[in-house]
Amino acid sequence: MAEHEAGPGAAPAVRRMAAARRMAAVRRIAVGRQAALARRIAQAVAVVWAAFTVTFLTVRLLPGDPVALMLTGSNGFSTPTAEQIAEARSRLGYDHPLVVQYLRALADATHGDFGASIQTGRPVSSMISEALPSTLRLGAAALVLALVVGTAVGLLANLAPLPFLRQALRSLPAAGISLPSFWVGLMLLQLLSFRWHVFPTLDGSGPRQLVLPACTLALPGAALMAQVVGRSLHDSLHRPWADTLRAAGLAPGRLLVAHGLRGAALPALTVLGLLVGNLIGGAVVVETVFSRPGMGLITQAAVGAQDLPVVQGVVVVAAIGFAATNLVVDLLYPVLDPRLRGGPAAVGVAG
Amino acid sequence: MSQPGLRASSANSAGSASSAGSVSSAGSVSSAGSVSSAGSVRLLARRAGRYTAAHPGVALSVLALLVVLGWMLVPGWFSHQSPNTGDQASRLQAPSGAHLFGTDQLGRDMYARVVHGASLSLRTALGATGVALGAGVLLGLLAGYLGRWVDTVIMRVVDVTLSIPPVLLSLLIISALGFGAVKVAIAVALTSVASFARLTRAEVLRVRTAPFVEAAALCGARWWRILTRYVAPASVGPVLALAALDFGLVVLAVSSLSFLGYGPPPPAPEWGALVAGGRNYLATAWWLTAMPGLTVAVVVLAANRLSRVRESDRGRS
Repeated sequence: MAEHEAGPGAAPAVRRMAAARRMAAVRRIAVGRQAALARRIAQAVAVVWAAFTVTFLTVRLLPGDPVALMLTGSNGFSTPTAEQIAEARSRLGYDHPLVVQYLRALADATHGDFGASIQTGRPVSSMISEALPSTLRLGAAALVLALVVGTAVGLLANLAPLPFLRQALRSLPAAGISLPSFWVGLMLLQLLSFRWHVFPTLDGSGPRQLVLPACTLALPGAALMAQVVGRSLHDSLHRPWADTLRAAGLAPGRLLVAHGLRGAALPALTVLGLLVGNLIGGAVVVETVFSRPGMGLITQAAVGAQDLPVVQGVVVVAAIGFAATNLVVDLLYPVLDPRLRGGPAAVGVAG
Repeated sequence: MSQPGLRASSANSAGSASSAGSVSSAGSVSSAGSVSSAGSVRLLARRAGRYTAAHPGVALSVLALLVVLGWMLVPGWFSHQSPNTGDQASRLQAPSGAHLFGTDQLGRDMYARVVHGASLSLRTALGATGVALGAGVLLGLLAGYLGRWVDTVIMRVVDVTLSIPPVLLSLLIISALGFGAVKVAIAVALTSVASFARLTRAEVLRVRTAPFVEAAALCGARWWRILTRYVAPASVGPVLALAALDFGLVVLAVSSLSFLGYGPPPPAPEWGALVAGGRNYLATAWWLTAMPGLTVAVVVLAANRLSRVRESDRGRS
C-alpha cells in the first residue's frame, strides 16, 4: 500500500517504520538480556542456597554427634554426661525432625541470623560483620597484587631478552604454586620482621602491616595468573592477526602489550573468579600466621573449638562472596569481548 | 645389535686415547652376545643418564620423591635418632653435622622428626588422593554412563561442592568430624572428589559412543560389565594424570590443615604441625620452621614437576 502513496511523504514514513522496527529489535535484545541477567542472578542465589544446604547437611549427617563434640571441646578434657547432652540438644533445637531444623535454619539465615557462637554466645552475624572489613582489605590488596604481579610476570616471560631468562620466568609460577603459604608467611616474618626489621610485627594497624600478609596471600594467585596470562600471550603470538601486525612492522613488545593483553583478559578474568575462592580459603592460613584479626582467624578458632554455627556462617558468607564474584565475572565477559555480546545465548555461553 | 654400536660410540667419545678407544670397541663387539643382560642394563642406565642430562629438573624430582618415599617406608635407615625423645643438653641447636636440621626446644633432632613425619604426612596425602580418585571416578562413571536423573543429581551436587572454596569445605568437614590424620584425609579428599567426578564424566561421554562400546552393547553385555570392562579402562588415563597433579595440592592441603592444628595431636611429627610448633621460636631458631616447611615445598614441587612430564613430552613431540 505504501508504494501507492506517491510523493514526498512516503520516505519519512518508511524511515519511521524502519526506525520503529529497529527500536523493537533493540528492545527485544534488551529484554532478552534482562531475562538472561535475571536468570543468572537466580542461578547465583540458587548456588548460595545449595551451599547453605550442603553445610547444613554436612554438619548434621556426617558421623559424629555435633552436640557432644561441642560440649567435649577440642582437647577432650571435659566428658559431658548423657543428661547434659540431652539438655543441650533440646536447647539448640536438635531434637526436632531434620526437616524442621533445616527450614528453621534456612528462614533464620535469610534474615542474616546464623545462630549464636557456642564459645562466646555472641550472634554469629555480628562476629562476622565485625571481622569482615579487615579481611576484605587484605583480600583486595592481595587480589590487586596478584593481578599486577601475575600479569607482569606473564608478560616478561614472553618479552625478556634472553631465552634463559624467559625459561626461568616461565617456570617461576609452578614454583609459586607449590610453596605452602603458611611457610612463605613465616619465612617473610622471620627475615623481614625479626632479622631485618623492615616490617615490625607490632606496628598498630597501619598499611605497613598489610604488606607481608597481602604478599603471602597473593603469591599462589599471582603464580596462577602469571601462568594463564603467559600462556595466553604465548598463544597469541602464533595467531594470524599477530602475523599481520608483525608484517605491518609492529614490534613484539607493542604487539603483546597493545593487542595480546586484550586477548589474555578473558582467561585472566576467569582465573580472577577462581582466585577469590582461593583467597577466602588462604585468608584462614595467612591470618593465623600473622595473628591478624579477621574472618580467617575467627574461622581458625571456631574450627579448633568445633563451634559449628560460626563455621557454618563463615562458609555461607564465603559462598555468597564467591557466587557474587562469579556473577560479576560472567557479566564482565561481554563487556570485554564484543563477540560475547548480543543476546541471552552469548551470556549463557559465558556462564 | 644396537647395543655394541652404542657402546662403541660412547667408548669412542669417552676414551681419552684414540687407539684405546678402538680396542675397547672391538672387545665390546665380541662380548656383546654373551652378556646381553648386562648390556641392556647399561643401555637403560645410559638412556636414563641422557634423559637426566636433558631434564635435570625431572631427575631431581624423582630423586627427591624416592628419598621421601624411603623416609615413609623405612625411616630407620635414614635417621638413627629418635623423633620423640630429646636430649636436654642439646636444646635449640642450629643445624650441624650431628643434627642436620637442628634440634627443637626439647632437644629432639628435627631431621629425625621430619623423616618420621613423612610416613604420617604422605600416608594421609596418599589416602586422601586415593579416596578422592576412587569416589570421583565412581561418581563420574555412573553420571556419564547412566545419564538422565543420575547424571543430573550427581552433577548438581558436584557443582555445589565446587561453589564452596575448598579450604572452607574441608574446615567445615573437620569441624563436624573432629581432628586427626584420618579425618584430615577425608576432609581433603571430599574437596577433590568433585573435580575427579567431572573429568571422569567428560571422558565417559567421549568414550561411550565409541564403536567398541557400542559393539559390546550389541553383543548383549550388561551395563555394569560394559562400564567396568570397556568404558572405565578407556577413560581413566586423563583422570590418573589429574590424580598426579592433585597429589601435590593434597600434600599442601594436608600440611596446611595440620599447621592450623587439626591434624594428629602434638607429639606426632606431621610436617605442618612441625612448622606450627616452631612458630614460637621464629626469632631465635629459624630452622624449626624453615626445615619442615622446605621439605613440604620440595615434595610438592617434585610432585608437580613429575605430573607435568607427560604434558611437556606431548608438547615437544
